[in-house]
Amino acid sequence: MSIIEASHLTKTYGKARGIIDVSFQVAEGEIFGFIGPNGAGKSTTIRLFLSLIYPTSGSATIFGKDCIKYGPELRQEIGYLPSDVFYYEGMKVIDLLTYSASFYNRDCTKRLHELAGIMELDLHRRIDDLSYGNKKKVGIVQGLLHQPKLLFLDEPTAGLDPLMQRKFFQLIRQENQRGVTVFFSSHILGEVQRLCSRVGIIKEGRIAEIADILTLQQNNYKRISVAGDNLDPAYFDMPGVSNLEHNNGTVHFFYKGDINTIMRKIGGITLSDVTIEEPTLEEIFMHYYE
Amino acid sequence: MSVNIFKQEFRMHLRSVITWSVAVAALIFVYTSVFSSMAQDAALLNEAISRFPEELRMAFGMNGLDLSTVLGFYSFAFLFTQICLAIQAANYGFSLVSIEEREWTADFLLAKPVGRAQILTSKLLAALSSLTLTNIVVWISSFSFISLFRGDRAYETKPLLLLLLSIVVFQLFFLTVGLVISLLVKRIRNVTPYSMALAFGMYVLSAFGSMLGESVWEKISPFKHFDPNYIIQHTAYDLPLVMISVSAIIISLVGSYVLYIRRNIPAVV
Repeated sequence: MSIIEASHLTKTYGKARGIIDVSFQVAEGEIFGFIGPNGAGKSTTIRLFLSLIYPTSGSATIFGKDCIKYGPELRQEIGYLPSDVFYYEGMKVIDLLTYSASFYNRDCTKRLHELAGIMELDLHRRIDDLSYGNKKKVGIVQGLLHQPKLLFLDEPTAGLDPLMQRKFFQLIRQENQRGVTVFFSSHILGEVQRLCSRVGIIKEGRIAEIADILTLQQNNYKRISVAGDNLDPAYFDMPGVSNLEHNNGTVHFFYKGDINTIMRKIGGITLSDVTIEEPTLEEIFMHYYE
Repeated sequence: MSVNIFKQEFRMHLRSVITWSVAVAALIFVYTSVFSSMAQDAALLNEAISRFPEELRMAFGMNGLDLSTVLGFYSFAFLFTQICLAIQAANYGFSLVSIEEREWTADFLLAKPVGRAQILTSKLLAALSSLTLTNIVVWISSFSFISLFRGDRAYETKPLLLLLLSIVVFQLFFLTVGLVISLLVKRIRNVTPYSMALAFGMYVLSAFGSMLGESVWEKISPFKHFDPNYIIQHTAYDLPLVMISVSAIIISLVGSYVLYIRRNIPAVV
């Protein structure tokens, strides 16, 4: 059974585009990366799952149940870390976390202190006085303290220093090993690549591609550089080749298609060097946004 | 109702409740304290007031007002108390839900395992309890300051009780109407202009509506529905008008629930 399922989700705000016909599934125990630039519709999708907004058409289910109809019940098992964290004025960290814990039908005290320890969070500071990064930590503890079965992380690492980012990723991996399903939205590809097993790419409100990270990297594109005397870039201008560049006697390009075809092509000329690599996710990603 | 939301909301109102309560108590104190000295010259004062243009007397609810009586004088003070209570209640109404969207805490609260109706009920009850604290302060200060400054002048308790009992409906009007308006507009950046406009707008409708004779506009104002002068003089409410307030409250409440449950919470931009 899939934990999250979006089926033809569409959300428009008046004339403005939100998301259009978004469908995907996330299986139990997966860390699903949701990538796209700002304004592509990542937050809109998450907010639809949390019933913060309602779809114009289509439906969303979590644990097989409708997100709107069973919202309160489902949210017992959902942790949410919004992209921007702002909390009630004048509250101390511990007040906010206790308030957050009071919504769940279980005792969260132990986990609360564990998490605060891991994230090195001072519980007795006023939230108003915290830096952005520290507020973010409050958000992380708040989203995890009730040991949810499903996590929605909306650009969670913004504002965290690299050390804290690493701790945070460790935390998420641990949660995942305990069986927690994670929906991870980000525009930073490196972190998605490190953490996620599968990604959805969203572009201008539509799903551009859903694939395993490995498939994305291996099956689709090769980054090829060839060096040699008097190379003519036009020689490589053939179907499947893109981003053809030429500098300092080296020709770089991406290739998608039958590998034998390009090998024969490369074999047809004299070269001084050749490298064939997996492209980074970043490069694949840029390709979707051209 | 969720107890935890109620507690949290009530705690957030507390400072404002104290401020408003002290302000209203001080207002009643100042008014009643000048009564004993004013009452001696009340004949002169009544005389002076009767020479005011009728429009002005109506605007300040002074028509047929006898300042030499305890309640006649008190009803004058009560009008200003009403204005304060209206602003306070409208403040709570306008900010009840909008504050979450302004401070972006809606994302926090609505991602919790509670339904929206439950959230709204808890918030409304917390606001009403806060307003009731101020209400109680009005009761206590009215009775104690009147007995402190009335000298040997007697007064009837019943009209005063009617006047004080009207407060809760009066507060509910501004709370619920404020709330429903806040849900009808897209986003409220600052509550004060809205609550001021609603409170003073209603006051102006009541005060200046009467200058124009029979006006439909004044009929929608709770300042008219609970005109202290009328209640003191008749020892009764103007029931048909009170029903307008009650209907407005019910409509606003139902409307608020419908709008809030269907509301799309705006995202951080």
